[in-house]
Amino acid sequence: MLLKRLSEAFGPSGYEGEVRDLLTQELETCVSNWRRDALGNLIAVKTGTRGPKVMLAAHMDECGLMISFIDKSGLLRFRKVGGLDDRILVSKHVVIGSKRVAGVIGAKAIHLQKPAERNQVISLNDLYIDIGAKSKEEAEKMVKLGDYAVFATEFGYLSDTAVKGKSFDDRAGCAVLAEVLREDYAFTLYGAFTVQEEIGLRGAGVAAYALEPDFAVVLEGTTCNDVPGSEEHGYSTTMGGGPAITVMDASVVSDRRLVGELERLARENNIPVQYKRSITGGSDAGRINQTKGGIPVVVVSVPCRYIHSPVSMLSLRDFDHTIQLIKLFLRSVEGGFML
Amino acid sequence: MKELIKQVVECYGPAGNEKAIRELITSLVSPFVDEIRTDSLGNLIALKRGGEKKVMFAAHMDEIGVIVTHVDKHGFLRFYPVGGIAPLTMLGNRIVFADGTTGVVGCEKLEAQKDLTLNKMFIDIGASTKEEAEAKVRIGDLGAVSREFVDLGQRLVSKAMDARIACAILIEALKTVTNPAADIYAVFTTQEELGLRGARVAAYSVSPDVGIALDVTRTGDTPTSITMDVSLGKGPAVKIRDSSVLCTPAVRRFMEQVAKDNNIPYQLEVLETGGTDAGAIQLTQGGIPAGVMSIPCRYIHTASEMVDYADVLHGVKLVKALMETRYTG
Repeated sequence: MLLKRLSEAFGPSGYEGEVRDLLTQELETCVSNWRRDALGNLIAVKTGTRGPKVMLAAHMDECGLMISFIDKSGLLRFRKVGGLDDRILVSKHVVIGSKRVAGVIGAKAIHLQKPAERNQVISLNDLYIDIGAKSKEEAEKMVKLGDYAVFATEFGYLSDTAVKGKSFDDRAGCAVLAEVLREDYAFTLYGAFTVQEEIGLRGAGVAAYALEPDFAVVLEGTTCNDVPGSEEHGYSTTMGGGPAITVMDASVVSDRRLVGELERLARENNIPVQYKRSITGGSDAGRINQTKGGIPVVVVSVPCRYIHSPVSMLSLRDFDHTIQLIKLFLRSVEGGFML
Repeated sequence: MKELIKQVVECYGPAGNEKAIRELITSLVSPFVDEIRTDSLGNLIALKRGGEKKVMFAAHMDEIGVIVTHVDKHGFLRFYPVGGIAPLTMLGNRIVFADGTTGVVGCEKLEAQKDLTLNKMFIDIGASTKEEAEAKVRIGDLGAVSREFVDLGQRLVSKAMDARIACAILIEALKTVTNPAADIYAVFTTQEELGLRGARVAAYSVSPDVGIALDVTRTGDTPTSITMDVSLGKGPAVKIRDSSVLCTPAVRRFMEQVAKDNNIPYQLEVLETGGTDAGAIQLTQGGIPAGVMSIPCRYIHTASEMVDYADVLHGVKLVKALMETRYTG
């Protein structure tokens, strides 16, 4: 399953090569023309003969860690790459570099903690990755400064429809985009797998600048907050509620005509959809929208619980419905839908 | 001019849904310009021809507002702010939606007044059930503050003076300008309150030789106010800086010179916080010289923003004069 392989691929922001290679191989037979730009964005170009130029974008990068210091005892200090929560780091398995050196994020055992320490979040400065090396020299044979680490999480089924895995934000979007690219369309379609979204939407802007699409759809794995402790009016999306359409987030106001067309298609084809009901957080859409003279854009997301953590969860029904909705949208563009 | 101001400030147009205000302004300026178009972000771009150089004037037509994020089973709407809204200013406000549906802002029971936050507030549109509410308002709909214009004589009060007063000034200047010294691009921008988004893309497509934003600014002339040397009634302000921009010195000097040459009183403005469209225009493409004329305004981002009428009239004169004077950089 492509989602499994994408989820398990190593690709923190700035080091997306493994995801890029995986996608290039996977889509070898359906995409003849690839572009790779200076920032590392991978763009599948499917040239059409009529209609508008459409960009679909999903980001390949994930949140991770970067090794910032190796101390005498062979323990590795690190910094965060992207918006990870300090509280979820301790005691996690990680892999470092594309050779996947295994490590654990260590901390003092509960027996050794002072009572006051037990009530505190362990600061990033007090955490380290232990790769079992006994000295700096030994550690340096396995890792070097600037190497990235990501969580060592395996993909798995929790039920027939619920799956768990690493970095569904935004490998779920990448998987949706890959499925959509397997088909051919009459208009020109750019499938942009972008880089460095998690550290400031950096890839998408330059991709949009070079491509100049007439409009764009950003595919995301977005927050889902339908869990105990949050009020119903604070839910962002609901798992199982269908693809989530963003009307507005911190970076963009989606084009109302695109929102309307997606809604119409969902309604007429009995695909459940929901609005994303939180406005916080940005997306590649913000940068695309602000490129050159302005590019109309909309965001469609697969709801994912627990994103920006070692393990996220999604419903395969939502995932399949998202693919179905995007394909219907592209057929609608083929049939004459224009802005 | 007061009739024009009333019409423009009272119109609905929160950031992200500027359709109604755009249509109103289109009808008001069309007779006075050579070309008019709307771009993909909803900016209204009007051109009045006058010379080989291009001067862009930008006034944002969006206003702060709210977006509906949830409808509960009793028909109450939860919302998120669109632009900078202080919870303190929201209680008792009336909110209007695009189709005219109106509601009032209420709040959950609080232990203490300092616990007031926007996520404890809701909009009551008089519905008793979710179904009844959803027949009128849906998640994602944008609401704006509803409040009528009041003429206090010398001082004018309304919601959305920020920056509709600048829109009104730009409209009036387009009406009265007789001999423009450049191609004048009058741009009524969108989504300023969300991060200068309309102006950024408009400046890219217009690609002007110089850009001048028209907006409101804060004042330091009320009891225990911030320390700021701008007051109501001392004329429009020529901006030096705010959080988004250091105005291009040549543009600032040009604006000051034009004001002096035309005997228009003006003040200099140093604004500590807040941004304007000029910040986005200046950083577009390879960089565009940019300046700002601000109308001093009290109680910004509340339902009752106050400006001085003489400042407004002097503002029209200054914009008209800027349009009629060649910018030599």
